[in-house]
Amino acid sequence: MASAAETAPRWSRRRFSWRRLGRGSVPYALVAPVVIVMGAILGYPLYSLVRIALDRYGLTELIQHKGVYIGLKNFGTVLHDSVFWHTLLRTIVFAGANVGLTMVIGTFIALLLVRISTWVRLLVTSGLVLVWSMPPVVAVQVWNWMINSENGVLNYILTEIHVGNYFQHNWMETPLSQLGMVTTLIVWGALPFVVITVYAALSQVPRELVEAAEIDGARSWRVFLDVTVPVITPVLLILTSLSILWDFGVFTQAYLLIGQPHITTGNYLMGIYLFEQGYVNANFGLGAAISILMLVIVAAMSVVYVRRMIRIGDVT
Amino acid sequence: MSVRNARRNAWNVVGLAIFVVMVFPVFWMVSTAFKSDDQINSLTPTWFPLHPTLQHFRDALAKPYFWDDVKNSLIVVSVTVSIAMVLAFLAAVALSKYRFTGRKLFIVLVIGVQMLPGAGLIIPLYVVLARYHEVNALTGVILVYLTGALPFSVWTLRGFILGIPKELEEAAMVDGSTRFGAFARILLPLVAPGLVATSVFAFITSWNEYIFARVLLNDGAKQTITVWLSYFLGTSRETDWGALMAASTLTAIPVVVFFLLIQRRIAFGLTAGAVKG
Repeated sequence: MASAAETAPRWSRRRFSWRRLGRGSVPYALVAPVVIVMGAILGYPLYSLVRIALDRYGLTELIQHKGVYIGLKNFGTVLHDSVFWHTLLRTIVFAGANVGLTMVIGTFIALLLVRISTWVRLLVTSGLVLVWSMPPVVAVQVWNWMINSENGVLNYILTEIHVGNYFQHNWMETPLSQLGMVTTLIVWGALPFVVITVYAALSQVPRELVEAAEIDGARSWRVFLDVTVPVITPVLLILTSLSILWDFGVFTQAYLLIGQPHITTGNYLMGIYLFEQGYVNANFGLGAAISILMLVIVAAMSVVYVRRMIRIGDVT
Repeated sequence: MSVRNARRNAWNVVGLAIFVVMVFPVFWMVSTAFKSDDQINSLTPTWFPLHPTLQHFRDALAKPYFWDDVKNSLIVVSVTVSIAMVLAFLAAVALSKYRFTGRKLFIVLVIGVQMLPGAGLIIPLYVVLARYHEVNALTGVILVYLTGALPFSVWTLRGFILGIPKELEEAAMVDGSTRFGAFARILLPLVAPGLVATSVFAFITSWNEYIFARVLLNDGAKQTITVWLSYFLGTSRETDWGALMAASTLTAIPVVVFFLLIQRRIAFGLTAGAVKG
């Protein structure tokens, strides 16, 4: 707080001077370009989003650049469509499973990193960084190759280690199996960020506190619960809320791994539902209504995260 | 002591197992890219390509539009990153050096925008850009990527600027430097590593982006490399897995290289030792 307050020009209410006014406008001039660009490329489309959602807006209207006002009819159609509610429920369960798995496995690996030899730790962290840097589309293609039913390496390994007979098993058969594979892809891709962030938080745990607790005769799990957990809880909260937002809005991995021909109402996630209804079927009005519902849900979920970040931004 | 060692060794084994599982897909991609078709199509996998071939890379490069789309990606990414860095740096200076009315609102904007799911914005962006005939043009994609890169860059750069001890600037001003002089000679060189790290991050997110490029660019010669790669699988049952893995490796290489670069930058103490205490 001190640094910003001290370097900031101090406003004096006593006397008006052009110089002061000039200095006061400096931050606004610095911020203006970003605000203008964001307003133009984001503000205007968001405004159009609301307009389009209230219109009948198909291909004809796209060519004429003008929709036909129909009020709240698009919202009525969506909210009375059982596909919407099923998709919403499926997306919540899907995101919940992904977030749960990512956070539990991620925290476990981070705790493990503290307990292993330095050379193994270096090996694991560099492996994680490598995974972190894989573009999602590339990862999807690698998954396609690994899980393909004819000679995918996954089926081979599962059969060899006697998990069962997976010879030419088709992972894309049922929606559950399809989304399960998408989950493995997403959790694999999300783990590095979670592990490295939690590990960084763990190294913030003061050694003296741990030692003092141990001298006082506390058992190791008590030390963990009373010393370690409170230090890493804020980080875990931020990571969880970020993961919820990301996994709720997933599109690329699910759309490309399941593959356009196999996308059905039975495996829709919110992002795909909106893409198919709005863009592929060229029903932009309906798509806009779905977008608004999705954005409202995400906004409600992100309140916790945004408030925490604002506090961080305000203090420093 | 020996009990402790045994326990550590057990954890080490678990750590190595995690390493193998996590890295395997990347290994499998590269390894497949160098294998012969016989080895790839066999029912029993070959783990290491003992007689590596470059044929799959040649096949991948010969596919239509590869170079066009690499060029498109490079144009989109470099323009996005340069504009984003200049604008974001100015705003980051304002956020870290000044207190002003509306500052909080600006922070809400910067953080809130990053939370918007990309999928939720494809419809209005498509419709608006179609209205201005920017569909199928790289300009449209660049504008959209800017909205992604700006808020994130503002926030990261703000952190880097705050990391610089204000004593350095004050010392320069005491020595007779103007505010701008202190800024140009002290702040700018010290933020340079932060600028590099942030622009590489922006590079990576723009290079990896898929959904907007997919929706806004329809013409094969006008797409980006990620969209090109996503169409590679095609509809035929006989997939050329070797060429697909070679193409995947090529798409990932720039990102991996840059990522490893900034990992060191970020780990490196930015101004460590510049000011005592």
